[in-house]
Amino acid sequence: MKRRYGDQVFKAVAYVFGCSIIAMLGIMLWEMFRGSSFAIDKYGPSFLFSKAWDPVAEEFGAWPFIYGTIVSSLLALAIATPISVGIAIFLVEIAPKWFRDVIGFLIELLAAIPSIVYGLWGIFVLSPIIREYIAPVFINTLGTFIPFFRGPSFGVGIFTAGVILAIMIIPTIASISREVLMVVPESQREAALALGATKWEMIRKAVLTYSRSGILGAMIIGLGRAIGETMSVTMVIGNRPEVPDSIFDPAYTMASVIANEFNEASSNLYLSTLIEIGFLLFAVTLLVNIFAKFLVWTTSRGVQEAK
Amino acid sequence: MESVLKSSKGVGFEKSTARLSRRQAQSKIMVGMTIISMILALTPLFSILGYVLVKGVSALNFDFFTELPAPPGEIGGGMANGIVGTFILLGLASVIGIPVGLMAGIFLSEYGRNRFGKFVSFLTDIMLGVPSIVVGIVVYGLVVLMMGGFSAYAGGMALAFIMIPAVTRTTEEMLKLVPNHMREAGLALGIPQWRVIMKIILPTALRGIITGVMLAIARVAGETAPLLFTAFGNMYWSHSLNQPIASMPVLIFNYAISPYAEWQAQAWAGALTLIMMVILLNVTARVITRKR
Repeated sequence: MKRRYGDQVFKAVAYVFGCSIIAMLGIMLWEMFRGSSFAIDKYGPSFLFSKAWDPVAEEFGAWPFIYGTIVSSLLALAIATPISVGIAIFLVEIAPKWFRDVIGFLIELLAAIPSIVYGLWGIFVLSPIIREYIAPVFINTLGTFIPFFRGPSFGVGIFTAGVILAIMIIPTIASISREVLMVVPESQREAALALGATKWEMIRKAVLTYSRSGILGAMIIGLGRAIGETMSVTMVIGNRPEVPDSIFDPAYTMASVIANEFNEASSNLYLSTLIEIGFLLFAVTLLVNIFAKFLVWTTSRGVQEAK
Repeated sequence: MESVLKSSKGVGFEKSTARLSRRQAQSKIMVGMTIISMILALTPLFSILGYVLVKGVSALNFDFFTELPAPPGEIGGGMANGIVGTFILLGLASVIGIPVGLMAGIFLSEYGRNRFGKFVSFLTDIMLGVPSIVVGIVVYGLVVLMMGGFSAYAGGMALAFIMIPAVTRTTEEMLKLVPNHMREAGLALGIPQWRVIMKIILPTALRGIITGVMLAIARVAGETAPLLFTAFGNMYWSHSLNQPIASMPVLIFNYAISPYAEWQAQAWAGALTLIMMVILLNVTARVITRKR
């Protein structure tokens, strides 16, 4: 009887800690809601699309930050996806095994570098390169007929933020894509090669088609990372609370406005507004992550069924 | 018969060889693209490591590890308080985060093979993707406002919040790798289940769990955003855990965006110290798992 008593206590303790995960998420949601209720009551849904940002006059709108977050994250995704999928293909289908381990380690190292170091490198290395060499190329070619690529190049701005975010999410997308590609059954590849496909045709038709939804899941997880990333973006985006005309203009994201202004928020309304932006960011990343998890889950379940 | 074969070869063969070589050329180009994409991804890595090493080493000296930050414009000074502060914050985060994460992981692996467990496991995955700045706001509301000010406790709490899902996830995965017959053997000997878990299952998976914990610590060591409004930062030594406390990431941030060249140089030295710490933790964790 004594033994069963010990088991029951241990089981109860384990359950309590298991529930603490639920409690943590619950507390976070509740705390964010409580902190932002003042701003939510005051502005309602129009807050999302208002462009006003004047802390002195206490006029607040979230649109410049939402816009900056969306454009910089999508840009990051557009740059990072082909590169990441390329790495994954290289590692799974082409590289010899010893080389695979070395590159795999280096890519993981890229993921381990703290965000603040990316930011430091972004300010002093990436931003001057973009100002002097990369932005002028875009402005002089695409800029001649697309207004979105016009304007002066400051070095800091949405484009630089997008590039640094892309570098930061490449390890995430690449490593998940790699796992997805690895579970493609060998018979698929053999069948394609037996039908006379070249290596690339085999990869495209037998491997990529098979792992499409897994790669999409990897992209969405990368998008979630990009949306929530704070420090490196804060350091290179230029921090101007306006909707930019050009991709090279300084802007702001939801995460970076919180990082920059939270400690300066002098009034309750200002603070509550920033918390509401945080709440919004939280809600969006939760939804994005749930969707991504669902996508990856459907692929892996398909694989299990095939086994 | 022969003539038929010849004619069919004559018409179709040239066309198909031309198409084949085009397809093979395309294949080679695409394979080349994957190699280029790998180079594109690794260039920033080497650039970052190179700059941090070169600029960091030139600003690194003995004072960096022993002195307090110097006022702007003055030469010298160091990040001693930030280095100590980072270790204090990591210690606090580990004290809270490791036991909670470990127990939650045990729950998921040993008692969570049902619907409720799957739900908790799902939430853990979702929590891994929560932006760290959001954690900062939450801890600001929960701890900073309640305790009446920025403190090391609040900073440690924030880092613990980020660590817990990571530790839970690796613990769960590592425990699930332990074969079921070990559990059955223990139970068959009449050992209570909780002792089987603590004395047999946990030690078997310990190496993997330690790796996971080290990676979790490495991950939060560089966290800046949640510390901005919890630990806040301090240009001097903190004498109590109830005070604002300096940390390397926050100092690097403040120095990097300052206009003083001397401070910017110190930021690089800080980045070098931080990166060495993170890489050391990562490599050690890898070595531990590889020995298996």
